[in-house]
Amino acid sequence: MSDKIRKIEGITKESTQAMIDDALAAYPDKAKKKRAPHLAPNDAASGCASVKSNKKTVPGVMSARGCAYAGAKGVVWGPIRDMVHVSHGPVGCGWYSWGTRRNLMTGINGVTQFGMQFTSDFQEKDIVYGGDKKLKVLLEEAKGLFPLAKGISVLSECPVGLIGDDINSVAKQSSKDLDIPIIPCNCEGFRGVSQSLGHHISNDTIRDYIIGTREFAEPESPYDIALIGDYNIGGDVWSAKPLLEEIGLNVKAVWTGDGELEKIAATHKVKLNLIHCYRSMNYMCKVMEEKYGIPWHEFNFFGPTKIKESLRAIGALFDQTIQDKVEAVIAKYDPIMQAIIDEYKPRLDGKKVMLLVGGLRPRHTIGAYEDLGMDCVGSGYEFAHNDDYDRTAPEMPDATVVYDDPSEYEFEKFAHTLKPDLIGSGIKEKYVFQKLGIPFRQMHSWDYSGPYHGYNGFETFARDVDMAINSPTWKLVKAPF
Amino acid sequence: MRQIAIYGKGGIGKSTTTQNTVAGLAYLGKKIMIVGCDPKADSTRLILHAKAQNTVMDLVRERGTVEDLELEEVMKVGYGDVKCVESGGPEPGVGCAGRGVITAINFLEENGAYTPDLDFVFYDVLGDVVCGGFAMPIREGKAEEIYIVCSGEMMAMYAANNIAKGILKYATSGKVRLAGLICNARKTDMEFELVSALAAKLGTQMIHFVPRDNQVQRAEMRRMTVIEYSPEHPQAQEYRTLAEKILNNKMLVIPTPLEMEELEDLLMEFGVMEAEDESVVGVIEAAA
Repeated sequence: MSDKIRKIEGITKESTQAMIDDALAAYPDKAKKKRAPHLAPNDAASGCASVKSNKKTVPGVMSARGCAYAGAKGVVWGPIRDMVHVSHGPVGCGWYSWGTRRNLMTGINGVTQFGMQFTSDFQEKDIVYGGDKKLKVLLEEAKGLFPLAKGISVLSECPVGLIGDDINSVAKQSSKDLDIPIIPCNCEGFRGVSQSLGHHISNDTIRDYIIGTREFAEPESPYDIALIGDYNIGGDVWSAKPLLEEIGLNVKAVWTGDGELEKIAATHKVKLNLIHCYRSMNYMCKVMEEKYGIPWHEFNFFGPTKIKESLRAIGALFDQTIQDKVEAVIAKYDPIMQAIIDEYKPRLDGKKVMLLVGGLRPRHTIGAYEDLGMDCVGSGYEFAHNDDYDRTAPEMPDATVVYDDPSEYEFEKFAHTLKPDLIGSGIKEKYVFQKLGIPFRQMHSWDYSGPYHGYNGFETFARDVDMAINSPTWKLVKAPF
Repeated sequence: MRQIAIYGKGGIGKSTTTQNTVAGLAYLGKKIMIVGCDPKADSTRLILHAKAQNTVMDLVRERGTVEDLELEEVMKVGYGDVKCVESGGPEPGVGCAGRGVITAINFLEENGAYTPDLDFVFYDVLGDVVCGGFAMPIREGKAEEIYIVCSGEMMAMYAANNIAKGILKYATSGKVRLAGLICNARKTDMEFELVSALAAKLGTQMIHFVPRDNQVQRAEMRRMTVIEYSPEHPQAQEYRTLAEKILNNKMLVIPTPLEMEELEDLLMEFGVMEAEDESVVGVIEAAA
């Protein structure tokens, strides 16, 4: 959290509200009434959410949201590398969610990691007669073909929930027969208003089927921690985990980027949970706190300022040895980071960025842009809740626009007014804004780049932002405004 | 907490029997919740004296999402402190009623409707188990005790046997058991004997023979159970007896459903069905 309230020249609560009103003017009354509470100028001083969130998308506006299945497959379960993840239902959901999130994995494909596509490929007959039998056969085949897989997750697509197949019962029986954990996840896409419910449902299945079922082989130490809510997008875990180890902590498990099922199952033995993506995994942190008394702590590894703050806050939870190492690590990286800033800041200073992403990036990455001299002039989430916006208010400059689940129209309209130098959002937005002549980075998957977490990630981040904004290509494109 | 599901052919009197039995159990001091699992939503009207209570799915339709519902909005308390919830669902011919049942029961679980003070939860389920949704009440961790309401009519017996087949599927993989047939008498010939014989063949019991009495309809017109409307009436005593039998019932079995031929033999034995004359099948009138 920043100590002082920042202002952006030319942006006031009045100017932002006028811009919002202008965007809303295009809507019919009913849609206007529904959308208005989701758009507001930031009130940095209050530290409170200024917008309504986690509501059903207004019909007719284009939303960037995903579904509960996406939250379960793409976010929570999918990144666990040593499991087979079954997309249970027709083939489309599984096919289009295969590898798109760039949650990278170590290991040998098919032997120690299973980043491949498994689906029960429902046909008419499976809908009419039920897919239970097919699922049972699939589970047997998966175990037969990949005997080294540590477990299987069964992720329900919509039709499974509609015909009422009891995947829980099949999973239980097959788990016994095949002697392998099989986790049924009732994450049908139509449940809830966004992918957020899929995160929650998946957390609940970890609670019900996984946590507490294994123990770590090594003896316990007071420095045992788990890295929660890092999905190894573009290799983020491979940057964050060594950093935590460098300050003397034992990272016993990673949830769930490049994760291993048995380590996740033994996480009830760690001393502290460090959580990066609060939205998708706060549920399990709270469960572990209540059930096992494990405290949890939120941190931010984007950009040297936030990394430094976070490392010190983490150090404060441990003894002097860790705190000394934290200072040593900061002292080691400070000059390296300064060199990066010295190189890139002159080209990026004063540039403006707008963000619309998922779980934590709309607030967590702001510091990294600011380290490069940039200002965030608007930010919002696809599927955040009130507590996310509470955490966002202090990070954003005062009076800048906050948008929850914005439509493409609203987003475009704000961009026209604010004229940002960079937009960080998803693949659906990318080409819209590039055609407007605005540099863009796909910030869900780091646009085929990464990692962006940790000290190592910052250099990549700075380079990518510089490349996007200062590419000579833009001189050849005439923006229509 | 005992969870009980009531199945049976459509129109056989499941909802009436359930509510009168629940009233009987409430009369005996038991704490009960009824979960109506039928889009018609008529499983609680006699307990609540209401035409139709707000169903879970009604409110989901109104609000757009089940996450915005509060338990108090869909749970009403009626006669004998019986808690009442209706899943609700679409009108016939559209949408997916089975999913409505799943959504409603998930909602009740997630919002803490299954409180430890409850002695019984009753699921009153749509006549035909047409899809997985209507089997939701007998999934693992839900009802383990099933009563089938039937009568001495041929189609009711067919339905009872079919339901027993469904129970068998779930019983082999879980804890679901058939607890008995409730005969809701239609005054057909040899009804008592016939339903008793069917029960015996299914490996279960006819737990009670509820005689036909218009007092039930008189009470229904007032949207009441007989037990509340006329506690001294002999019919009220019948339901109290049924309630007590259920309370003390220990006979929970994996059913042994009959093959179609076996069932037809049984029906013929009691004169409900005549033997088919195979020589006339497919022969046109002029040729006969």
